[in-house]
Amino acid sequence: MSGVNVFGLYAAAAVGLGLYGMITSPQPLRKIIAFNLLGSGVFLLFGVVGRRGAAAGIGNDPVPQALVITGVVVAFSATALAVALLLRLSEKASSTTLSSGPAGRAGSDPPGH
Amino acid sequence: MNIASTFELMLAAVVLGLGIWTIAVHETYSAAVGFVAYGLLVALIWVRLDAVDVALTEAAISGGLGGVLLLGAAARLRHAELMVAEVPDRLTRVSAAVLSVMTAAALVGAVLWLPDSAPTLAPEVVANAWATSLTNPVTNVLMAFRAMDTMLEKVVLLLAIIGVWSLAPDTAWGGRPGPRHRADPNGVLVFLARLLPPAGIAIAVYILWTGANHPGGAFQGGAILAAMWLLAVMAGLTDTPAVGRRWLRLILVAGPALFLVVGLGGLWFGTAFLAYPTAQAKPLIVVIEVAMIQTIAATLGLLLTGAPERSAKP
Repeated sequence: MSGVNVFGLYAAAAVGLGLYGMITSPQPLRKIIAFNLLGSGVFLLFGVVGRRGAAAGIGNDPVPQALVITGVVVAFSATALAVALLLRLSEKASSTTLSSGPAGRAGSDPPGH
Repeated sequence: MNIASTFELMLAAVVLGLGIWTIAVHETYSAAVGFVAYGLLVALIWVRLDAVDVALTEAAISGGLGGVLLLGAAARLRHAELMVAEVPDRLTRVSAAVLSVMTAAALVGAVLWLPDSAPTLAPEVVANAWATSLTNPVTNVLMAFRAMDTMLEKVVLLLAIIGVWSLAPDTAWGGRPGPRHRADPNGVLVFLARLLPPAGIAIAVYILWTGANHPGGAFQGGAILAAMWLLAVMAGLTDTPAVGRRWLRLILVAGPALFLVVGLGGLWFGTAFLAYPTAQAKPLIVVIEVAMIQTIAATLGLLLTGAPERSAKP
């Protein structure tokens, strides 16, 4: 069970790292990457818990496995949507800042557009 | 300490290092590169956790396709990202660090002090495998025991593609996503784009078929198909289709629509929504998976190419 615990500890660290990156990174793309890191930590925690549920000749509880597969695909589609939003924002505003300060307003659309 | 646990410690250490690099490195592009390597190594952790189905999905979708998505976005945003200078002040960073450490510590506690009799549904899954005559327990859960989740996930994919397409500028509405790629016709990229797809398509079909009894299935196969298509697009051998095309939309809804029809059939002829008749369970699941692999491949590929950028008319 030691390996499971090592990966469990790592998964907890990944959640912490991802959370920190999501709050402190100024660039939106970095926030998206950090969000994915956080997500991978959550999935791994699920996998570690499922590994403990090994029974009936299966090495890892199949129900959490199936849920994680679904989760990975959903996380990917959310990432793709976020990246598309970000690319459109940079195209429209020629900047990717999320702040509403003067720097953010400078690049916004001219009125009536 | 034996070799296996040394390997596990090293793997966890390398992955942790890559995770820290991804968050701490200065350039966004380097962070994206770090994340690709990270995704591939996390797949190894899943293999060690005896979850090979998840490992395949993680490598193909998170590491592979997700990596291409993030690398592409980082390359296109290189200049825009540099202009963002407002770094959060010290107080924000310190409180974020405290919050993150506390969250991680709580999770460490949860992992270390889990109750000893671990709950598991594995015996139930094995005991009921006769109902579908598939022997891969994960496919059984995905396609039969929790088929509702899988069906709704297809709907999420559809919603995501609608969201991405609706970001198209007016001039490119219903047009072709992404730039038209051109590559040196004698270069390595074009060579690989001609060489790999036949093998890739065969592997994808094999992974779909073997998913009934061994690790694999429609998600993993669909991701490989999408990767082969993207390779051909990036080498300039083919162009992305205009998103207004009817055949394209038919492929995109085929998977969830067929799933829904079979589900309603279960309600009509059987006992419950998505209840497969035992004798036809495997053929029905295979038919759904064949429709699903096309929908998954098309949706993943189109999510990666992004919003329409060029008008449908040349």
